[in-house]
Amino acid sequence: SGPSDSSSGEGSRARRAVERPGRHKQQGGRRRGAMSILEYNGSALVAMTGKNCVAIASDTRFGAQQLTIGTNMKRVFKMNDKTLLGLSGLASDVMTVSQKLRLQTDMYKLQEEREMKPSVFNNMLSSFLYARRFGPYFVEPLVAGLEGPENKPFIAGQDLLGASVFTDDFVVCGTSEQELFGTCESFYKPNLGPDELFETIAQCMLAAVDRDCLAGWGGVVHILTPTKYIVKELKGRHD
Amino acid sequence: STHASAHFIRNELAKAIRSRGGAHQANSLLGGVDEDGPSMYHLDYLGSLEKVNFGAQGYASYFSLSLMDRHWKKNMTMEEGKELLKLCISQLDTRFIINNPNFRLVAVTAEGKVLDEVLDGHAST
Repeated sequence: SGPSDSSSGEGSRARRAVERPGRHKQQGGRRRGAMSILEYNGSALVAMTGKNCVAIASDTRFGAQQLTIGTNMKRVFKMNDKTLLGLSGLASDVMTVSQKLRLQTDMYKLQEEREMKPSVFNNMLSSFLYARRFGPYFVEPLVAGLEGPENKPFIAGQDLLGASVFTDDFVVCGTSEQELFGTCESFYKPNLGPDELFETIAQCMLAAVDRDCLAGWGGVVHILTPTKYIVKELKGRHD
Repeated sequence: STHASAHFIRNELAKAIRSRGGAHQANSLLGGVDEDGPSMYHLDYLGSLEKVNFGAQGYASYFSLSLMDRHWKKNMTMEEGKELLKLCISQLDTRFIINNPNFRLVAVTAEGKVLDEVLDGHAST
């Protein structure tokens, strides 16, 4: 998901309207050139559907361009018992957006006295991002969840302006987007159980980030089934 | 608590990047000791926050982070910590173009004691 051409399109004017790293020659001093602000911190995320389950995998690298600062960054957040949110892009906005969405989800729960469905959450997120059309949050989110009483798997991806794409197999985002498309297209099979889904999504993630210098340094997989929520850490290459 | 302070500062920084005045041009390392023990947070001028075991900001990070990856271990004593810091500073003295190995150490302990002293990081040769 997300616009593949970072130097033009509807997002580029918006991106210039906000403080950009490198404008005041912050650390590293390197001229950022054509590097998009979405690639400043580096990230990789993938969401997949299985049989009555969904999973989101992410890497855990936190970097500033070429420098790796941390290896334990949280990018996947559980919004409620039926919804997972994954955010790629600028780390500061990942935290800000997840905090603001948590407020929205919790307020909804208090006011409506029911949990927000994943599809509703996705719409809400879309409106939330578009509200900042001319000064957007530099995040590209993935939503994964189980919809309705039958717990039908639901996944969706959006770009930074809130344009959604709905599929029934997988969605990817981050600096390793293109690598992830390749691995997922090859390895994905429909109707995998939670364990097989974990294995598949983990292999897709590990293979893809090994070809991307800005993502990797560990990984994590969140699996959501009607009865369980499992978080597993991945052991990958730390380089 | 340290965790709360770090998140408060992060929110202020994140608010500033889209404000009229622009970002607060300050990267920080926040360290503190509270009920959960010691913790350190790495803060970016954009409002990125990461809890770390050790950190560095500025050009020092290019020289120090790998040294600390190698030598840091859990529950180091104050003396061991100072030795590791001196090692990092001596590397800067050796390899970094700006010749200024004069560093000030500020530390806080669980008892609430605050240290503020000069750290001699001159390289040995």
